[in-house]
Amino acid sequence: MSSDTLTATGYINHHLQNLTFGQLPGDHGWGLAHTASEAKAMGFWAINVDTMFWSIALGVLFLWVFRKAARRATAETPTGLLNFVEWVIEFIDDNVRGSFSHKNDLIAPLALTLFVWVLLMNTMDLVPIDWIPGIAKWLGIEYMKVVPTTDPNATFGMAFGVFALTLFYSIKVKGPLGFAAELTMQPFQADNKALKVLFIPINFFLEFVSLVAKPISLSLRLFGNLFAGEMIFILIALLFSGGIALALVGGILQWAWAVFHILIVLLQAFIFMTLTIVYLEMAHSHH
Amino acid sequence: MEIALLYVAGAVLLGLAGVGVGVGVGVLGARFLEGIARQPELLPMLRTQFFIVMGLVDAIPIIGVAIALYIMFAVVGA
Repeated sequence: MSSDTLTATGYINHHLQNLTFGQLPGDHGWGLAHTASEAKAMGFWAINVDTMFWSIALGVLFLWVFRKAARRATAETPTGLLNFVEWVIEFIDDNVRGSFSHKNDLIAPLALTLFVWVLLMNTMDLVPIDWIPGIAKWLGIEYMKVVPTTDPNATFGMAFGVFALTLFYSIKVKGPLGFAAELTMQPFQADNKALKVLFIPINFFLEFVSLVAKPISLSLRLFGNLFAGEMIFILIALLFSGGIALALVGGILQWAWAVFHILIVLLQAFIFMTLTIVYLEMAHSHH
Repeated sequence: MEIALLYVAGAVLLGLAGVGVGVGVGVLGARFLEGIARQPELLPMLRTQFFIVMGLVDAIPIIGVAIALYIMFAVVGA
C-alpha cells in the first residue's frame, strides 16, 4: 500500500500499476518508473519487470516440479507428487486426444505447458493482495503486480505465440495456396467464374476478421477474467480500512470470492488450453 | 454532470452485463439439465462441455463488470 496516497482511488491505482522498466522521460537514462505517469511516458520500449519475473519464475517452477517427477518415474504404483503429475498429464492427454485428430507431436506438450503455466499464474490471484506488494514495499520496490495474467502484455504474448503456430501449421499442412484458398473461397461459393471473382473480397473480409479475432479474443478473455477477479479483491480489501465491523465483513467476502475465484482460475486456464487445441485442429484440417 | 454520466455508464454496463449473462447461462443451464434428464449417462461429458461454454459466455460480462467497477471506484473516485 502506498503511504502517501491513502485514498481509495490511490490504493486501487497503486495496485493496478506494473513495475515498469524503460527510458525515463526528460533524458534521465534508463530505469524503473517511480510514478504511473512516468511509466506511461515510456511508451512502447518499456518492459513490465514484475510480470516478467513472476511469469518466468512460475514457468521455471512448473518445469522443475515436472522434471523432478519425470526423473523418478517408475513402472510401480506411483505415490504423492508422481501420482499428481501423472494425473495432470493423463487429463491433458485425454483432452488433446478428444479434440485433436491429426498427427502432431507438438500439441500435447504445448497444451500441458499452457494449462499448467496459465493455471500457476492465475493462482497467484489467490494470494492475499497486499502480502507480496507489502514485502516488495519493505524491500524498496514501489510497484508490484503479482498476477502476470492481469497484465494484457502477458496474455497477448501467449496468444500471439498460439497465432503464429496456427499460421505456421495452416501454411505447412495446406500449402500457401491452400491457405489462401481457405481465406478467399469460402463461405460463399459459386460455379460461375465471374461470381467467384466477385466473392473473393467478400470472403476474404469475413475470413480475415474471424482469423484476427481469434488471438484477440483468446488473450482478452484470460486478461479480462483475471483482471475482474483482481479488481474485486482490491475493492473488498478497501473494507479493511473501515473499522472492525467492516473488516470482518471484508474478511468473509474475501474468503467467499476466493472460493468462487478458484472456479474461474481453473476454468480460464482450461479454456485457454482447449481453444489453443481447437485453433490448431482447425489449422490442420482441410475444407 | 460528467461524473454523474460516469456513474450512469457504470450502472448501464453492470446492468446489461447481468441481463446478457442471465439469458445466456439460463438457456445453457436449461439445455444442460434437459440433456442429462434425457441421457443421464452423458453427465461427465456434458458437465465438461457445460463449463467450457459457460466460461466462454461468462467472459465478456465479467470484463464488463470489471470495467464498470473500475469506472465507479477508480476513475470517479470515492
